[in-house]
Amino acid sequence: MFGLEALDLARIQFAFTISFHILFPAITIGLASYLAVLEGLWLKTHDDTYRDLYHFWSKIFAVNFGMGVVSGLVMAYQFGTNWSRFSDFAGSVTGPLLTYEVLTAFFLEAGFLGVMLFGWNKVGRNLHFFATVMVAIGTLISTFWILASNSWMQTPQGFEIVNGQVIPTDWLAVIFNPSFPYRLLHMATAAFLATAFFVGSSAAWHLLRGKDNPAIRTMLSMAMWMALIVAPIQAVIGDSHGLNTLQYQPAKIAAIEGHWENIGDEPTPLILFGWPDMKEEKTKFAVEIPYLGSLILTHSLDKQVPGLKEFPPEDRPNSTIVFWTFRIMVGMGMLMIFTGVCSLLLRKRDRLYTSRPFLYLALWMGPSGLIAILAGWFTTEVGRQPWVVYGLMRTADASSNHTVMQMSITLILFVVVYFALFGTGLGYMMRLVRKGPEIDEGKETNEGGPGKKRTPARPLSAADDKNAESDHSPSLNKEI
Amino acid sequence: MGIDLPLIWAVIIIFGIMMYVVMDGFDLGIGILFPFIPGKSDRDVMMNTVAPVWDGNETWLVLGGAALFGAFPLAYSVVLSALYLPLILMLIGLIFRGVAFEFRFKAKDDKRYLWDMAFIGGSVTATFFQGVALGAFIDGLPVVNRQFAGGSLDWLTPFTLFCGVALVVAYALLGCTWLIMKTEGELQEKMFGLARPLAFVVLAVIGIVSIWTPLTHPEISARWFTLPNLFWFMPVPILVLATMYGLIRAVARHAHYRPFLLTLMLIFLGYSGLGISLWPNIVPPSISIWDAASPPQSQGFMLVGTLFIIPFILGYTFWSYYVFRGKVTHEDGYH
Repeated sequence: MFGLEALDLARIQFAFTISFHILFPAITIGLASYLAVLEGLWLKTHDDTYRDLYHFWSKIFAVNFGMGVVSGLVMAYQFGTNWSRFSDFAGSVTGPLLTYEVLTAFFLEAGFLGVMLFGWNKVGRNLHFFATVMVAIGTLISTFWILASNSWMQTPQGFEIVNGQVIPTDWLAVIFNPSFPYRLLHMATAAFLATAFFVGSSAAWHLLRGKDNPAIRTMLSMAMWMALIVAPIQAVIGDSHGLNTLQYQPAKIAAIEGHWENIGDEPTPLILFGWPDMKEEKTKFAVEIPYLGSLILTHSLDKQVPGLKEFPPEDRPNSTIVFWTFRIMVGMGMLMIFTGVCSLLLRKRDRLYTSRPFLYLALWMGPSGLIAILAGWFTTEVGRQPWVVYGLMRTADASSNHTVMQMSITLILFVVVYFALFGTGLGYMMRLVRKGPEIDEGKETNEGGPGKKRTPARPLSAADDKNAESDHSPSLNKEI
Repeated sequence: MGIDLPLIWAVIIIFGIMMYVVMDGFDLGIGILFPFIPGKSDRDVMMNTVAPVWDGNETWLVLGGAALFGAFPLAYSVVLSALYLPLILMLIGLIFRGVAFEFRFKAKDDKRYLWDMAFIGGSVTATFFQGVALGAFIDGLPVVNRQFAGGSLDWLTPFTLFCGVALVVAYALLGCTWLIMKTEGELQEKMFGLARPLAFVVLAVIGIVSIWTPLTHPEISARWFTLPNLFWFMPVPILVLATMYGLIRAVARHAHYRPFLLTLMLIFLGYSGLGISLWPNIVPPSISIWDAASPPQSQGFMLVGTLFIIPFILGYTFWSYYVFRGKVTHEDGYH
């Protein structure tokens, strides 16, 4: 297909299915914690605005959770179907970590998700809050396991190789491998930010249409506090993650920076923009700032960063891709910080909820977090190439022996099916968002539980029909 | 070392797959039976009989996949890559079925037929390719240097296609007897009418698979037809016949619960027969559970969490079915 080899198609297929999948868990992680905060605030302040918001977002959470489960089903099998040589080589390390991730998710579903989605009138307030907090923690534990597995592939340790197979020797070393703490923090924070901008964008959409109530204002306000405080923190975490990568995967950093070689003792400049050309081994049209590369990556003005030419051509990641995906991610981060600062200035002048230019900014920043997450993952995964397990196994040696024909058929099937089905799912979520939170929404709640038609095993059943059906309701402008 | 970890893991995975087949079988069967029941309100009832449980049933499939990856990476990599197309088609079928299930309830009237078609297509596709994959698995997967060494269309043979059809029929019978148990009135009468011919077809496909397999696989034939094995395993076919007789009588008597329980028994016996034919190979014909096992460090590490969590999943599952016991009627609409 299009002159691509089976290996390229396998990589595209994995990138496609996991990119689709990651959007759902990212919002799940963020919304779960947001819901825990909302319920906590309600219990503390007795302000019913928080309760109404809790019920509004818990429906969207439920639909999103359901989409995540369905799209995750494919991931559990894809390692074996498409990457059988990797599975055989490293399955004894990544398999158990994946199993723990699955077990955590099911434990959640069996236990606390039911209480959270359907138990509002059945259990006491504190117990319900406890369930919500446990769901939030559970999503983070799932993140923990899956990132342990991914980070081990980036910076493997705690193993030996016997007869061409990885044998784990020290699970603590496997799990807490060098890049893991940074990646975990960076991803969890990214999920929080992506959710905050999603929530803020929903609020801005309603405010721009003239629908204004305390719940919607609270959404915008909380989202913008997150942007103001967490976006800069994320920049610091990202910086530390970068330093860690420089230490363990210097070729990735060189590719990200489009930095080919050091000239004499000259400190490394930072290339702002340019077009890294893998064949000509240089970055064309480079706009450079002297010293800045050294300053950012070594926190000094004289130390050098290794250039790509220090690595043999067959060990270099594709600089053209990661140079740009990295800049997209950083660009999104800067826009987030900018949005946060704007919100503070407007908040001081009491114009946060009324400044239309700002509301448009918040609206358009809605997908920024998700874009940053995808760009970031492309950077770290493409930057790991040509290795699937860094330094141990090359991606070219990891795939199954499928034909181009097989890979083309399945790729087309996945693309068609994913866009059709998850497109419908996203559309349904947007319908719920468009409805907006209502005053006293929290007074009518879902009954349900294990064995009922509304059950945590079917999270989508928590999203009530009547809340979505009035999607083109003309009444949005009435409530000013 | 006294503990045989690969054996424990084989038992866990066999148990998980059986839970999956038994529990997802009847709700896939509902989708297979959909074309025979055109009315919207009957279809609503049919879906409502599985609405509270179907998603939990798939839990076992995901758990089985992840556990196989960690405990038997060699089997995971060989089986999944060898059965690439049928498994991907099965997964896509399951996704369609799952999403159609949810959005059928949320769809407006003019769009519902689309989700009905997706539900039928998803259920039939998932079941058929599950059967094809099973047939190809029984046929054996050649392995050289820890990699599948066959061709990309090896799974496509008359035998595997027959197994695909066989599973569609078997799940249809499961779904049919499940509906007899969970519904009443006209819909139940229709199911009583379908159960008898379906049972005979299932008996026929079980017979054909039981003759076809040993004829083409001498090692499976030797497993069953040598002494003293013959005496040990004789109860399986005898029980199959006895169960089938009981099933047809129960349907004739219009019993409500017994047809489903006897069909479950039938599925269990078929599954046992398969186990007898293949044990202890996890990749037939040559790789045993001990050959394919991951090191004890991995299997032991996984076992801790699994033994802790499986009781919760089981308890929750039983609780769900307990709450959901009894008949589903037209009045119990989905709100």
